[in-house]
Order: sequence, then structure tokens, then C-alpha cells
Amino acid sequence: MKALSQRRRHPLAAVALLLIGLLFTGGVYALASSTNDAQAQSFSADEVDEGEKLFIANCATCHGMGAVGSDNGPSLVGVGAASVDFQVGTGRMPMQMQGPQAQVKPPQFDDEQTMQMAAYVASLGAGPAIPSEDMLDTSDADPANGGVVFRVNCAMCHNAAAAGGALTRGKYAPALSGSTAKHTYEAMVTGPQNMPVFSDANITPEDKRDVIAFLETIDEQGSPGGADLGSLGPVSEGLFIWVAGLGVIIAFTVWLTARSS
Amino acid sequence: MSSTTSQSTYQPKTSVGKITNYVDSRVGGSGMVKEFGRKIFPDHWTFMFGEVALYSFVILLLSGTFLTFFFDPSMAETHYEGSYVPLRGVEMSEAYATALNISFDVRGGLFMRQVHHWSALLFVAAVSVHMLRVFFTGAFRRPRELNWVVGCVLLILAMAAGFTGYSLPDDLLSGNGLRIIDGVIKAVPVVGTYISFFLFGGEFPGTVVIPRLYVLHILLIPAIILLMIVIHLFMVVTHKHTQFPGPGRTNDNVVGFPVGPVYAAKAGGFFFIVFGIIAAISAAFTINPIWNYGPYDPSPVSAGTQPDWYIGWVDGALRLMPGWLGGLPLEWNIPMPWGVNTLSLNVLLPALVPAGIVFGLMFAWPWIESWLTKDKREHHLLDRPRNAPFRTAVGVSGVVFYCVMWAAASSDLIATHFFVSLNDVTYWLRVLFFVGPIIGFMVAQRIALALQRKDREIALHGRETGRIVRLPHGEFIEVHEPLDEYKRYNLVNYESAGVLPAEADVNGHVTRTEKARGWLSRFFFEDRVAPVTPAELAAAHSHAHHDEIAEQHDKAAISK
Repeated sequence: MKALSQRRRHPLAAVALLLIGLLFTGGVYALASSTNDAQAQSFSADEVDEGEKLFIANCATCHGMGAVGSDNGPSLVGVGAASVDFQVGTGRMPMQMQGPQAQVKPPQFDDEQTMQMAAYVASLGAGPAIPSEDMLDTSDADPANGGVVFRVNCAMCHNAAAAGGALTRGKYAPALSGSTAKHTYEAMVTGPQNMPVFSDANITPEDKRDVIAFLETIDEQGSPGGADLGSLGPVSEGLFIWVAGLGVIIAFTVWLTARSS
Repeated sequence: MSSTTSQSTYQPKTSVGKITNYVDSRVGGSGMVKEFGRKIFPDHWTFMFGEVALYSFVILLLSGTFLTFFFDPSMAETHYEGSYVPLRGVEMSEAYATALNISFDVRGGLFMRQVHHWSALLFVAAVSVHMLRVFFTGAFRRPRELNWVVGCVLLILAMAAGFTGYSLPDDLLSGNGLRIIDGVIKAVPVVGTYISFFLFGGEFPGTVVIPRLYVLHILLIPAIILLMIVIHLFMVVTHKHTQFPGPGRTNDNVVGFPVGPVYAAKAGGFFFIVFGIIAAISAAFTINPIWNYGPYDPSPVSAGTQPDWYIGWVDGALRLMPGWLGGLPLEWNIPMPWGVNTLSLNVLLPALVPAGIVFGLMFAWPWIESWLTKDKREHHLLDRPRNAPFRTAVGVSGVVFYCVMWAAASSDLIATHFFVSLNDVTYWLRVLFFVGPIIGFMVAQRIALALQRKDREIALHGRETGRIVRLPHGEFIEVHEPLDEYKRYNLVNYESAGVLPAEADVNGHVTRTEKARGWLSRFFFEDRVAPVTPAELAAAHSHAHHDEIAEQHDKAAISK
């Protein structure tokens, strides 16, 4: 105790205190934020090896050898298996061309290959894992709460009816109809393209499940009022009344005023 | 025989006749029926858009009355317990909950809501098309200037009725719309915040705005619209209907069919056609799916939030407006003796200036045109749009101006659906906002003049038949078929305004306004295609006669 009190005016005491403080807050933060991270998924060494081969053949051109990134693509160290599963599983990766953001296209790899690449990327550094079945189980989820969470967090880009929307400079938030529960979950935890990451501290896993339940409900129920005209809001409604509505009415006016000749 | 004795001696034989006579001898409707029933209306399909507007309005009244039975315009908090699962248990206002109940728990409610909303869109669209018809055919000229103004007022009222209705369900979409209105009101210098607080009964959104809008929507605005429609139709009867020029149709007559029985039947039937079209659309296509948007809450804003189409152009102007011009901010904080006032030109200019230009020109147009052309005569014959190139060009210019802003209101959808950058869409539309009306003016004027020249050619030389004949001496000619007199009449019988240079007034002065008028007159009317004169026609016909003789020679030659 005496040693400590003697050295408390040491020139480096402040530095030491700062270090201790930083270590403490950093440690707490790491603990808190790791809730978002890998619930250590087990991939076999075989899968990792196969994944590395696939990676070198298909991804390394842009993401670099060892996924350290290049001028054409970001580093994938620490993006996690969920990211790979989302990007490759929805066909966004391998990217067809460089552009504002990767477009959806038919997946280029089957589930096994996707899993192998996910295993390889996950082996490079810890990151969000692919959600397990019970995390995606929406049987007792609350779609109404999901709707509330969706409108507060997602609707400003994806539209309240999940019909998608425009972002700046050619980027966009896609329509969510037809997206699988797994991919929706992965998108929330990894923040693909221009999407922000919604960590578990931000939207809890239960709320994420509710959001998925909400999306599934509005997808399944269809449109109660008839054809939804793309769920695009008043623009498509206005276009429809001007083109179809007035078009039919003009046809009738011409008919009514036509003279038999 | 006096009228009293004639009434007393008339004995109807049938029971219908007895009832009619009973009513007529007490109310005296036969004179009115006789007068109005023999009113002649000309026939043209473009004359029916006003009717479409009227019928949509009637449908709006009917369906709106149904909705009032079930809608509670209250912003009191409640939790939704209806049958739409994705919103069950969610906190919302009574207004939104009852709007949802109309959609899901009232029998036929969703259909009636959709009928109401679709007919509202059709109402404003029909009013707009009707106004475009009146404008492009010159039907607003004396004596109908005031009726044109009543029509402009009706357009504004229709927009107001639509907007107040759009705001009632208290869903996210309508709340976002009200927030924009709140922003525009608050941008008014000095008094803006006060007006906003008066309107919303405190800070936005408050709890009073929806009941207030409801009173406007179901009482005040429809009542004024109804009054304006009565004035509008009364003036139509007084002025008589305009007609397109044609053989036998003059400025002093109306050629067409009487109201009874022809138009009464046609118009009655047409009402059901319009109702049927709206009902079919409402049954098959959803409109304003309020359940998608959720209850209003000032924090979330949905992507793709737009107003209904008729407010779109104002929203588009707001979207086009930059917040900064280069390094110059458009929002200033101006110190005043009582504190700092904010002048938000970035909101104020786009919200007020384009609407001011469009409505200002629209209201004043009949007088602007008669001032420019010094034409103060009565006009009951319509112009074909090509025969008034100046007016047509101004109209097209206005339409382009409107449509650029209209397109800007859907800039985000243009970006996502055509895979272009949202920023580029905005930049292009900003350019078109200024350049588009000019291009529109020039193109429309040139097209109108070209069509007039084509008409002139046809009137003078007949239609090209496509038959090429070689004459005996080797010349090739194309045989032109002369028009019959009726068709020719339509091509030659129009008036064309020419340049009227500035004139001196009684004191011999040429005033500055008169100089400006002269300059504008030269600018607008310098290029003109004069109607074919009888002399020109005679000359052309004698020439054509030669052609015919040549053709006869030719035939003789061929038959040999």
C-alpha cells in the first residue's frame, strides 16, 4: 500500500490510470458487443480448406489473397459467416460488376459451397455467425411488435410496406418480399451494402424475430384491397387513375358522342 | 281564353297525367322543364370531362356519407383490437383505429373507402382535363371569363378537399404529409410558428388537428364546392355551351341535341358508366393501404412517402429545391429587435413560388390574352388548338412546368425503377424546371404552325392520293383529290391573331405598358399562318382545274 501511495505523484501515474481506465471500458465494451458475435459456430477443418479453395478461385480477385482486401474490394477478416451466407446465398456475390451496390441475381453456389466459404471467412476472424433454426423460429413471435420495430428502424429506407426505396447516387434499399428469414436476420446483423448494422444491443434477437414475423405476415396475407400496384404509394395510384381510369372513361365518352355514320 | 280557364278545363286522362298536373298546377315546374329541357348542347367527346368531374363528386358525397357513419375523427389514444393481425395491440389514435375498422370489420367498408379515394383521384383528374380542354380550345374567352375563374376556384377546392381527406386516417403517410405542411407553414417569416400553433393547437402533431380537418373535409369544403358547382352550371346555362366551328355553326347559334330526351338519357347513363368504372377499379385495385403504414408517430418516416397526385407537384418543387446554392445557404437567421427570425427560403420558395406562378397565370389568363390580342369580342366558337399557336404553346409550356415538378415528386421511384442515380434525376429535373417550359413552348408553337401549314396545303390543293400519273409529254404528277366543301370549311374558317403594334392613346402617347404589349404581341404572333382567303382558294382551284384537264387528257391517253 505504501508503494502505491508513494508513487501516486509519479509522472507516469496519470498515463497508467488512463490505461487502466481504457482497458476497463474496452473490456466492458468487448463483452457487451460480443453478444452480437459468433456463438462460436463449429466448422470442420475440411470445410475451411474447401472454402479456401473456392475463395481463391472466385473471390480473391477483388478481396485479395487471405481476404485482406484490395483496391477493388474490402477485407473480409472479421465479417463473419453470416455475411458470406447472405452475400453469396442471395447471389449478390460474386459481384457481376462494380457499381453503387451489388445486385441480387441467381445464387452462383450451392448451399454446401456457400457454407464452405462461410467457414473459411469465419476462420479468419470472429464475426456474426449464421443464425440457428431456433433463432429464426417465428411461431411465437409478435408481428405487431415487429411492425413497430420495422417502422422505426427499417421503413425509412425499405418503405413501410417493405417495397424498397431509393438511396443516394444509385444506391437503394431493396424490396424485402420473398427474402428468407435467415437472410433477413443476417442482413440485420451484418449490414450488407449500405445498410447499417443492427446489433443485438440495438434490436434484440427477439425483436429481430418479430420483424421477420412481421415481414412474413405481410408477405403471406397478400393485399386485402385488391391488386397492390407495387405497394409504391400514391405515385402508382395517380399513374393508374390517369392512364387506366381516364383512358377507359375517354373511350366511353368517344363512344357516347359517336354518330352513326 | 285566359290561363285560369285553360287550367280548369284541362282534364288529364291517365293517372300519371293526373299526378303530374296536380303537382304542376301547384309548383309550376312545366315552364322550367320546357325552358331547360329544350336547351341545346353540342356533341363532342371532349365536352364530357366536366360531367365526369360532377359525377365523381356525387360519388364522393355518397361514399363519404357512408364513411362518416363509421369513422371517429378523434386523436384519443387507443389500442387496436380489430382483425388485422400485424397491428393488433399497437397503440394508435381512434381515427386510425376506426379507419382500420372500416377497412377490416365493417361489411363493405374497405370497398367504400376505396370507392371514395379512387373517385377523389378521378375527380381532380377530370377537373384538370376539363380545364385543359377549356384552355386549349379558348372556351374561357368572353363571356366566360368569370366561369373560368369559378373553375380555377373549384380546382383549388378539389385539391383542398383531397388533402384534408388524405390527412384524416392518421396513418404514417398522412402524418408525414401533415408534417410537411407544418414545415411549410413554419417557414413563413415571423408569423409562421404562430399559424402552426393555432392550426395544430400547440406543437405538432397535437390532438386537435384531425377533428379540425374533418370539419373542413366533410362540411365546409364540400359545401363551398357544391355552391361553386351551382354557380358554374348556372353560368353554363346562361352562356350556352361553346361549339367547335363547322358548317352551319356560327357564333350566334348552338347546333346539337336538346337536353330532353337525348342528353338527359345520355348523361344519366354516363353517370352509371362513371360509377361502374370507379366501382370496378375499387373492387380490383387497392388504394391507400393504410394498414401498411401503421399509426402516425413523428419519429418514423417511410421511404417513398408521397402525397396524392394532385399535391405531387408542390412536393416535387420541395424536392427539387437545394438547401444551398454553391456556398450560399438559403436559410438565414435574421436578427430582429425582438429576437432572431429564421428565413427559410429553401422551403418558402418552392412551396409558394411555383404554385403562385401556375395559379396566378391560370386565374389571370383570360384577361392576359384579351389584353395581348385586343380581342374583347364574344366567342362562342372554339379554336382548334393548332389555330391558336400562341395559346397552345403557352399551355404546353405550363403543362411541362407542372409535369417536371410532378415527376420530381416521384424522383425516388424513377431512380429505383430505371436504375439511375437519385441525385442525377434531381439534377436533370432542376435543369428541366427552367429549360423544359421554354422547349415545350417552342416545340408546341412549331408543331401548331406546321399543322396549320399542312391544313393550308390540303385546303388549297386537296389530299394527296398517292396516285402518280405520267403525262404524255413525260411529266410525272401526283393526283390530288379536292376536299368536299364541308371538310374544307373546317380548314379555312378560323381566326388567326396577328401582330398588333403598340398604339398611341387618345393623347398621342404610347404608354410603357402599351409598348410592352406591342413587344409581346410581336414576339408571340410574328410567326403566323394566315387563314386561306377566298382569292387564294379561287386561284388554287383554277390551277387544280388545269390538273383535272390534264388528268382527263391523261386518261384519254391511257385508254387508247
